Amino acid sequence: MDKLRLRFSKTGRAVYISHLDMMRTMQRAFLRAGYALKYSEGFNPHAQISILLPLSVGCASVCELMDFTLTEVSGLAELPGRLSAALPEGIRAMEVYAPETKAKQLKWLEIEGRFEYDGRDSVAMAEALNGFFARESMVIRKKTKRGEAESDIAPAVRSFSAMEGEEAVLVRAVISAQEPTLNPELLPSALRQLVPELAPDFAEFTRLETYGENMSVFR
Amino acid sequence: MDKKLKRILPRVQKPARYTGGEYNQIIKNKAEVDLRMAFCFPDTYEIGMSNVGMRILYSTINSMTGVWCERVFAPWGDMEEEMRAAGVPLYALESGDPVADLDAVGFSIGYEMAYTTVLNMLDLAGIPLRSEDRTELLPLVFAGGTACCNPEPMAQFMDLFVIGEGEEMDNELLELLRTAKRGGWSKKDFLCRAADIEGVYVPSLYEPEYNADGTLRCVTPLDGAPARVRRRIVKDFDDSHFPTRQIVPSTEIVHDRVNLELFRGCIRGCRFCQAGYVYRPVRSRSVDRLLEQGLESLKNTGYQEITLSSLSSSDYRQLPELCDGLLDYCRERSISLALPSLRADNFSMEIMQKVQSVRKSGLTFAPEAGSQRLRDAINKNVREEDLLESCRVAFAGGWNGVKLYFMLGLPTETDEDVVAIAQIAKDVLHCWRENALNKNRGVRITVSTSCFVPKPHSPFQWEKQIPMEEYLRRVNLLRGEMNMRNVTYNWHDPETGFIEAALSRGDRRLGAVLEQVWRDGGRLDAWSDYFSFERWRRAFEKCGLDADFYAARERGRDELLPWEVVDTGVRREHLWRERERCYASELSPDCRTQCTGCGANALIGGVCNG
Ligand code: SF4
Repeated sequence: MDKLRLRFSKTGRAVYISHLDMMRTMQRAFLRAGYALKYSEGFNPHAQISILLPLSVGCASVCELMDFTLTEVSGLAELPGRLSAALPEGIRAMEVYAPETKAKQLKWLEIEGRFEYDGRDSVAMAEALNGFFARESMVIRKKTKRGEAESDIAPAVRSFSAMEGEEAVLVRAVISAQEPTLNPELLPSALRQLVPELAPDFAEFTRLETYGENMSVFR
Repeated sequence: MDKKLKRILPRVQKPARYTGGEYNQIIKNKAEVDLRMAFCFPDTYEIGMSNVGMRILYSTINSMTGVWCERVFAPWGDMEEEMRAAGVPLYALESGDPVADLDAVGFSIGYEMAYTTVLNMLDLAGIPLRSEDRTELLPLVFAGGTACCNPEPMAQFMDLFVIGEGEEMDNELLELLRTAKRGGWSKKDFLCRAADIEGVYVPSLYEPEYNADGTLRCVTPLDGAPARVRRRIVKDFDDSHFPTRQIVPSTEIVHDRVNLELFRGCIRGCRFCQAGYVYRPVRSRSVDRLLEQGLESLKNTGYQEITLSSLSSSDYRQLPELCDGLLDYCRERSISLALPSLRADNFSMEIMQKVQSVRKSGLTFAPEAGSQRLRDAINKNVREEDLLESCRVAFAGGWNGVKLYFMLGLPTETDEDVVAIAQIAKDVLHCWRENALNKNRGVRITVSTSCFVPKPHSPFQWEKQIPMEEYLRRVNLLRGEMNMRNVTYNWHDPETGFIEAALSRGDRRLGAVLEQVWRDGGRLDAWSDYFSFERWRRAFEKCGLDADFYAARERGRDELLPWEVVDTGVRREHLWRERERCYASELSPDCRTQCTGCGANALIGGVCNG
């Protein structure tokens, strides 16, 4: 049976649901909505679903993608509505389609960040941030499976802009989604390491859009 | 979401348990709500959300128009620290509003080791711990749950207790509270009126006096409060509310599945078992209704597992019909059906084979005592032949693991009885050798012992617990006998059991100890990560109370027991007679074979026929 792709959003309180829990939540939601996911054969059968880019806990998204297969393809038009009604608060199914792209073609992510600076001036901070992220190179220490490693994250940040928002600086960036994967948390982390005076007191992110290699929208 | 909370959550373990927002949570429009309740469970989200009672009451209370009941759980240590540091008070999961802003704060207390967590949660909510320090009517702080069949240790902290099953009583109580809130009643006026509700115990309306030896002399009811509070039950259990639109947690909990409650109570009358006495009499649900509730719950939740939960599921009269009906639905949907609390008998094994055709890992039995003599004495009506026959069927059917649970320190236990536990393990091992389907896979036999805790309202309520050193001596005796390969012996430490024993039969004076333990940092005491025996020992000492007086003292036949202000329906004489039959190693028949006249039938106003 053919693979299908679901585009969904995960915002509000749902952002604290971990990737693994999200998989379980999706499986149950499909059952509640009355769609039978196809299961793998074998000793320990599991539903054939895969979320294209695991989202870290705390990060919101309005452009999540999940591939799945149904045992019976019918009622696809109603699927987003019925699935949304069966999902927890904050998770909405937006559309379902047969994908024409492969997961590995997903290259860039557009993200929005809210950087909170307690008692500091947003306008000045935004300006300073724009200056910093225009650097050619940003070498930071990253935790890896084997301790820590140095790495230059600049090539993984395709564009960056900051502007004054309500009680925070609003950041827009296009970052590398895969090979390498840039966790948005590395942006405030870079600030903490390289220019501590620009490090926000709190930062939160939302994924806005997925792009392919040449910055065409990825679906 | 609260700005401070947002900053905390990324730093704590498993933040999804602190956010609410799950599927099927109940959100009401505040403009249409005139009474709000926090249903507090004094343990973690994972434990609390696995509790059937909480799920039922959440649903029955929310069925009241204008009343919104929300959930509150205890934060784990890392979260508590962050909350205190950031000044985030304990909040309700659905709305995120502070617990202290709600009208009623009800705790479900299942076991004594949760007491300190209750205090910690009140403190995290910014609510004064002691009832007398809360002079206003709202928020009303109360508690229910199994541990409250002895309400005395928590009496100074609670405005009232709901004793027994809450489905009807809680709603009556909240209705009265709504009237009181509207009418601007004083707390005292409200409490006096609440005491008229059957099952409601208002501790401030009772004055205990003690003898010089520390025992209770008398308890004087004040302001017309009833001399004893009769435990409330749901008479028509078949017709009582069962939530089929249950919350589905977005993060993993302990029992993540549909729970079907076949019946309340237990026909068996094991003498050590409090639950077997305080939930009497047995009341069952019909097969049709259970099937309807089970299937609807599965559809509404998307759960892939359903379990039958009752004290002794094998005693459900139409168990085969029920299992067949459920299996018809479950099989084609790969939903698994679990049957915990089966008895070790043939009938159960047949069902077991039918049900668990896929997963054949572990089988659990609780013979509780090693020798037939002692099993008779505690009225645990399981014969070794039955146990071995069950194991034979299981091993021949491909199972390769058995877990056996026992207690040490049961009344009348001798060294012979202790050593007999090892013999059972040997016999089970032998049984495997003779019957195993595939010996190459090996076998795992696990024997666990815990220290017996005498519980109020059971026939052993007068017993002393054996000293910790004696428990350990018996453990070592047994260890010496447990030298078979393939047999693992685990024993629980006696320290938690000792404190549990002291608390479960405690009186009102223990409130000071609980508060002291909490002040000294105690909370989440049911978790070995947090339990500190030293802290409890210090607290007893500081309060001038002797834990042995509560845990290790045999009570006299005529002694007034602190928990007797609660009338469970089972007469004291019946408990005493059962205790004497224990010392004569005599069995008593189960409720179906022959009624032994415990008195609990009065609660349903007729003859027991569950
Ligand atoms: S009254 Fe008789 S049948 Fe009913 S619970 Fe008591 S002993 Fe059992």
